[in-house]
Amino acid sequence: MTDQIRVDSLSKTYVLHTQGGIEIPVFADAALSVASGECVTLHGPSGAGKSTLLRCLYGNCKPDSGAIHVSHGEGTVDIASAPPRVVMEVRRRTLGYVSQFLRAIPRVPALDVVAEPLRALGVPVETAQARAGELLARLRIPERLWSLAPATFSGGEQQRVNIARGFAARHPILLLDEPTASLDARNRAVVIELIAEAKAAGTALVGVFHDDEVREAVSTRVHTMQG
Amino acid sequence: MNPLLTVSGLTRMYGNRVGCRDVSFELWPGGVMGIVGESGSGKSTLLSCLSARLEPTAGRVLYDTREDGPVDIYAMGEPRRRMLMRTDWGIVHQNPRDGLRMGVSAGANVGERLMAVGARHYGEIRAQADDWLRKVEIDGERIDDLPLTFSGGMLQRLQIARNLVTHPRLVFMDEPTGGLDVSVQARLLDLLRRLVTDLGLAAIIVTHDLAVARLLAHRLMVMRRGEVVETGLTDQVLDDPHHPYTQLLVSSVLQP
Ligand SMILES: Nc1ncnc2c1ncn2[C@@H]1O[C@H](COP(=O)(O)OP(=O)(O)O)[C@@H](O)[C@H]1O
Ligand SMILES: Nc1ncnc2c1ncn2[C@@H]1O[C@H](COP(=O)(O)OP(=O)(O)O)[C@@H](O)[C@H]1O
Ligand SMILES: [Mg+2]
Ligand SMILES: [Mg+2]
Repeated sequence: MTDQIRVDSLSKTYVLHTQGGIEIPVFADAALSVASGECVTLHGPSGAGKSTLLRCLYGNCKPDSGAIHVSHGEGTVDIASAPPRVVMEVRRRTLGYVSQFLRAIPRVPALDVVAEPLRALGVPVETAQARAGELLARLRIPERLWSLAPATFSGGEQQRVNIARGFAARHPILLLDEPTASLDARNRAVVIELIAEAKAAGTALVGVFHDDEVREAVSTRVHTMQG
Repeated sequence: MNPLLTVSGLTRMYGNRVGCRDVSFELWPGGVMGIVGESGSGKSTLLSCLSARLEPTAGRVLYDTREDGPVDIYAMGEPRRRMLMRTDWGIVHQNPRDGLRMGVSAGANVGERLMAVGARHYGEIRAQADDWLRKVEIDGERIDDLPLTFSGGMLQRLQIARNLVTHPRLVFMDEPTGGLDVSVQARLLDLLRRLVTDLGLAAIIVTHDLAVARLLAHRLMVMRRGEVVETGLTDQVLDDPHHPYTQLLVSSVLQP
């Protein structure tokens, strides 16, 4: 199988200029490859840099050096050096990301939050909403909440909306940052199923899971980070 | 495909004082650029230079015209520049009174723009004005009312309708949510976000509010003392700011 993601000698240090220029080295010379159909889990203590690495893969965090080659369409794009409009296009077509917390947009109903990545691909509104509804139903978000903006939802409900949004467009690459942190056992089982289905469909996944049971259930490979 | 705007070395001095200095960037069709920075950092000066309203001291702004491709907006003649502003561009001012005619009805404010680009059929103009008032969530019954009777939020929505009715390719906005109450802001932001996405508009939006920038802009330019100190994808600049000034801006607000 060909690699969907190949990270080469990636380094990241946060420099806190407002706090006397303190430097926080997160990782240096990191390497990682992920093939389609694989779920690689990042494992290590809190502060090891798992979220930072995922954010770098998504273009949300800018590494100091190194490359992040991502298969995109017929070619590859280096997320670490690509201009913003290219990163946006890679996100639209190739890269999905479930962040730790949903960033709710005022006034946008849950159903549209989930359907949006499909709409951005040009999928007609009815089809996109049907897929969104299917995912929300599987994740046990009661239908009466679908037309409400998620800002007022509980933490667990927001996280499930976030997960549904991440899986909606069936991107070839999916990044997951502790998606099951605030879920009960039944919803965790649904997430495990969704990941298994994505793997079977050839998606390349990279995830962080605080829960050993989930990690064991979904990992093709564990990538250990020391911090 | 060409960039819609190609800006290079753009500088505007006010005597010895710097308005903006050495700004360069490209804006592509459908792209939304946010310009952030605190008061006095040069945002409005830059926006005025970009939108053909303030001649720069140095540098160039090329606009990709439909007929002839990229043309320097300050080198073209005044009639052509005026035509461009009517057909291709929209300008949304912070104070809606600067962008509206307060002495004519809401419908006329919208219809006038259509007439400026050649529309003549009264019924057609009125229907389109009515349609746009609805799009910006203004009750059709208010079509013959003077803007004087409108609230701040309604005035701003009317100004947006007036600008978008002619289907511009590029819209300039200076603090579009500036003078409004927070609840009114949220509604306007939601509206702007939908319109910009649905119409595939390119836009340049000046704001000092990082939450507004996050919601509307794809890319950011951070300005300080007239210069651009950091640029990048909006969420990357806000979540992983590199320049000391950007870090200060981000750390000074609650959850941008
Ligand atoms: N935006 C940030 N600015 C400064 N330091 C950060 C930022 N995000 C994370 N860090 C620091 O980087 C290190 C790695 O954090 P993180 O990637 O969140 O680790 P993990 O996800 O493994 O817990 C920690 O020391 C954390 O405090
Ligand atoms: N018409 C003017 N004459 C002289 N100085 C001006 C004028 N307009 C703006 N300036 C100065 O240029 C700088 C940038 O101002 P401005 O573009 O209005 O910033 P912002 O929009 O970010 O608040 C400031 O120092 C301001 O005092
Ligand atoms: Mg983390
Ligand atoms: Mg200003």
